[in-house]
Order: sequence, then C-alpha cells, then structure tokens
Amino acid sequence: MAKITLSDLKHSYDPNPKGPADYALKEIDLEWSDGGAYALLGPSGCGKSTLLNIISGLLTPSNGRILFDDKDVTALPPNQRNIAQVFQFPVIYDTMSVYDNLAFPLRNRGVDEATVNTRVMAIAEMLEVTDMMGKKAAGLSPDNKQKISMGRGLVRDDVNVVMFDEPLTVIDPHLKWKLRSKLKELHQKVRATMIYVTHDQTEALTFADQVVVMQEGEIVQIGTPVELFERPAHTFVGHFIGSPGMNVLPCELREGAAFFEDNLITLEGAIEQGSGAAEIGVRPEFVKLGDAGLPAIVHKVSDVGRHAVVEAKVGDTSVKAVIEGEVPMQGSATHLSFDPTKTRLYRDGWIATRAGT
Amino acid sequence: MKTQNQRAWFFVLPVLLLVAFNALIPMMTVVNYSVQETFGNNVFFWEGVRWFEELLNSERFHAALGRQFLFTGIILAIEVPLGIAIALAMPRSGPWVPVCLVLMALPMLIPWNVVGAMWNIFALPDIGLLGYFMNTTLGIDYDMTQNPFAAWATIITMDVWHWTSLVVLLSYAGLVSIPDAYYQAAKIDGASNWSVFRYIQLPKMKQVLTIAILLRFMDSFNIYTEVFVMTGGGPGNSTTFLSIDLVKIALGQFDLGPAAAMSLIYFAITLLVSWLFYTLMTKDDAK
Repeated sequence: MAKITLSDLKHSYDPNPKGPADYALKEIDLEWSDGGAYALLGPSGCGKSTLLNIISGLLTPSNGRILFDDKDVTALPPNQRNIAQVFQFPVIYDTMSVYDNLAFPLRNRGVDEATVNTRVMAIAEMLEVTDMMGKKAAGLSPDNKQKISMGRGLVRDDVNVVMFDEPLTVIDPHLKWKLRSKLKELHQKVRATMIYVTHDQTEALTFADQVVVMQEGEIVQIGTPVELFERPAHTFVGHFIGSPGMNVLPCELREGAAFFEDNLITLEGAIEQGSGAAEIGVRPEFVKLGDAGLPAIVHKVSDVGRHAVVEAKVGDTSVKAVIEGEVPMQGSATHLSFDPTKTRLYRDGWIATRAGT
Repeated sequence: MKTQNQRAWFFVLPVLLLVAFNALIPMMTVVNYSVQETFGNNVFFWEGVRWFEELLNSERFHAALGRQFLFTGIILAIEVPLGIAIALAMPRSGPWVPVCLVLMALPMLIPWNVVGAMWNIFALPDIGLLGYFMNTTLGIDYDMTQNPFAAWATIITMDVWHWTSLVVLLSYAGLVSIPDAYYQAAKIDGASNWSVFRYIQLPKMKQVLTIAILLRFMDSFNIYTEVFVMTGGGPGNSTTFLSIDLVKIALGQFDLGPAAAMSLIYFAITLLVSWLFYTLMTKDDAK
C-alpha cells in the first residue's frame, strides 16, 4: 500500500505532438494518500483510462513522473510495480478452476502453496465465492467472473494500489448495486489504496472518499462527493454531476452585479476580477417556486418518484427546479427564487465568486 | 391454436433433392457395387460381404492404411505446431499484416495438380533446383523416384509448404480476437510468456485449432492428386496411400466390387476419426 504522486504528467499517443489538442492528458498533478478510495470520473474519451494505464505501467507517459511512496516507478513495467487492475470486461483464465485463477498471481511470484491456500481462502470468503472454488471459471456468470478478477487483484497483500477500470459495465443493473457495496466493504477490510475509473456518477460518488473529475485530458475538480455537489468549481462538474445537472444561465454583468434576463441575482459573494463569458450556476435543488422572485411560466413537469423536476421558462431560458410536495400545473405562472448561498458566477466555465464576501 | 400443415416440406425438399443427387444416390450405387461382382455389360453377381471380408484381411490394405496414418500423423505433427508458431510471430497490427496474410495464402491458391507438378520438377535430380542442389552441392544421394525415404521427405515437405498456411491463418484469426485486457491482466499478474501461451492464447485458439486439425486430417487422409503427379505411389509401393491404392484397384484392375467395399471402409474410417476427435475436443464446451 502506498501513497501515489503524479507530477507534471502529460501523455500524447502521437509521437510528435504539435499542440495541446494532440495530448490525451494535458497536465496532471495529483497526490493520493495511502489507503484511500478514489474515483476518476469523466465522460468517455476524457483521458481517465489513459491515466489509469499510466499508473499501472501499461503506458509510459510522454512527460512527467509517477511516484509510489516517493519511489519513482515511471520506468518500471507493470509486474514490478506491485499493482492490481480490474478491467471493464472480466478477465479470467478459462481453463483454470476458480481456485487456480485466484492463486495465479501468487504462484507466478513463487509464493509457497501453504500461504497461497490461506490467502486464496481468505479472499474467497470475503467475495463469497467459497462454494465455487472447484468449478471451471469459464462457466461462471459475468458478475461472478468480475468478482474473480477483483479477487485476483486483492489476493496479494503487498499491492500498492488496486485499480478498477469501469468494472461494472457488463454487470446486470440489479447486481451492480450488490457488487458496488461489496467493493466498498472490501476496501474497508483490506485498506488498500483503490482507484476507480468510471463515467457513472453514482458509482463514483458511492465508492470514493474523493472524486477527481476529468474533462478533455484535464482535471477540473478534486473533492469529496459533497463538495462536488455543493460547490462545483466548473460548470462541467455542475452539469456532469447531479440529476438533473446544474442550471447554467447566461447573464450580464453591470457594476459588479449579475443580471439574468434583467433581474438582479444575489450571488454567494463578491465577483472576482476577470473577463470571459459570464454564466450563473445554480443547482435545481436550490431553486424554489413561490410568489416572489423571477416571473416564470411552468413549461414541463416530470415526476421522477420522490420528487418532481419542474422546467420553467424565464423569458426564453429554461430553468430546472427540484420540487418536493405539491407540483404546479403546466402552463401556470410562477416565481423562481435562487438560494443565494448556492448561487455562483462562472467565467469561461470556471467559478468566479468567493463564498461569504 | 397452432396451425398444422405440411408446408414446411416445401422448404426442405430442394435441399433434400440436392443432397440426394450429390451424396445419397452416388453413395448408394457404391453400396450396390460393394456387394456384387461385375464384369461389365451391366451383369451383376451377388457376393454378399465377401469383398469386405477379403479387404479387411488383406495385407495390401493394411499396408496402405498404415502408410496413410503415418503420413497424416507426420504432417499434423509438423503443420500444427509450425502453424501456431508462425501465427504467434506474425504482427498483430500495422502495414505488414496484409503482406503477411497474402504471402501465407499464396500456396493455398495453387491447384493441387500444379503443386504436384511443381514439386516434381523441383525435385528432379538432374534439372530440378532442389534435386540438383542436394545431389551436386550437398553430395546427398537424393532421388525420389529411386529412394523411398526421399519420396516421403519430398511429399511431406510439399504438404507442409502447401497447407501450413491454413493452420497459420486460422490460428491467427483466433489470436487477434483476444482482447488486449487479457495480455494486460497477465502482465499485472506476473505471468511468464509460457503462461500467457498456455492459459490465454491456447485456450482462445482451441476452437479454431479444432477446425484446423479436422480439416488437415480429412484433407491429408484423402490426399491423392499431388502424390499421383509426384510419385504415382512409388518407388515400389512406398507412397501408395489409400486413395492411390483405391484408384489402382478400381481403374487399374477394374475390380469394381472390391473398390466399392474399400471406398466404404475408407469413408467410414475418415468419418469415425473425425467424429471421435471433434467429440473429444468439444466435450468440455457443452458443460
């Protein structure tokens, strides 16, 4: 188990990159502490798998260094880094039994059979696969196969980091939840550093203590699930996390105040100096319907179970609000108010207000 | 309510007719010949199972059958490992892939009798490139019309040259279908190259290899054209394989009854071995 430091990491699949557009990873500086549960979250093609492969050693970065506990491992091949990786599609050795599959990484490293047996049985117990140890791995269901490939990662007790590359993609929805909580439970038991790559916000937010949100090869925000939800540092984070995502509303700046459709909007704090297109960001959860505020027309109401999502039009711009309890009629007039402590200004996508000033 | 009618027969009938004309009817005429004696002119005498009894006790048949199994065994033992090795050495992507594939496919595009003629000339001791080189430069007495060992070696080399590509192409198809994640996982698990071959590549190639071995078995067990062109079964009877012997009996001696009986036994052996092999190889998959 180890602390992981990524310093000034860049990667391009093009041997002669010309501009920033040729880089799959633009510039990554990151530190992950020992024993933490982390998630890399971002849409497909944002560079998160590239980053993962660089950490595991399957790819050598064009620039920068990777340190495990202050030891430079940038040039080391995967088998010398003492890491484990679980892939999107379960990788199992078809011709071996479940037991032999789990024992494989240990036997390859010349561990004696008695230790192999104790470790394998302990992991099997944790994964609840003890009853299928003698079976051929080829005949298992996808979720059990994925459990076995997780087990192969966890069976070594000296791994620096266990990485998961969208491990639940091929798992049936009703089993996803089970495997996810299993994983969380395993992390608490094993206390290994774990990195979980996904494009699914639910998976990232439930698994990780800290989430790294990536977009186009860059880290846009690092934070706890609550931080990402409450105060997105970038409109992308606001939009990508949350269902529905944050309202991003075009606005005008006049004399240090923000106006949306000619209405003054109170923000969380003072606006920082700068230039660039200004937008107001406010999550639907912090938009209220009532008698005072911005005049709006209810355009669409969708009931999603515990609450309803109301889409109201202010002028030509639609604003979403999450409403619990009584729902307004479609087409009726209403007024919207934003919670000032949760309303921010963004410039060129990046947050440009200081809280509480 | 399920509607019941006989319409389905109309869909089966064309196939049934086709199969009847290209397999069942010719096969039945052979069965007909195998239990009778004829001297031509459509005159037949009933013989029962006599031809079968005679054949199964004939030393000539035993010898040809032995040669046939030996030949097939040798070429399988060479072509399968060699084919796998070449497939493993081929690039998995890049501009050389089509070049390799075309080079590999070339020998298989040449007609059997042309292959036979090519190798026949190639091996001639006085003017053939191989024959001349062996005799003059290396000083080895090499003449496949005189020396049984030379004849066998030439036929086996010819078959390896002609058909290893089939094993290569099928194995290659199996290899490229293995997702990268398997190799990456094996690297992380610390697997050796041998382990990667044994636990990833070989299991993933198993199905295509089964087909490759089956095809090579059937084809080599029925080999005729190349051998007929190259040695005609000689020197002596040393390269008289089953099919060559069969043609000698049927057309050389015009013993249609015994030849028909031999055809049926020949067919039964090919079918039985193929079936046994296929059943054994696919036994685990059904579970």
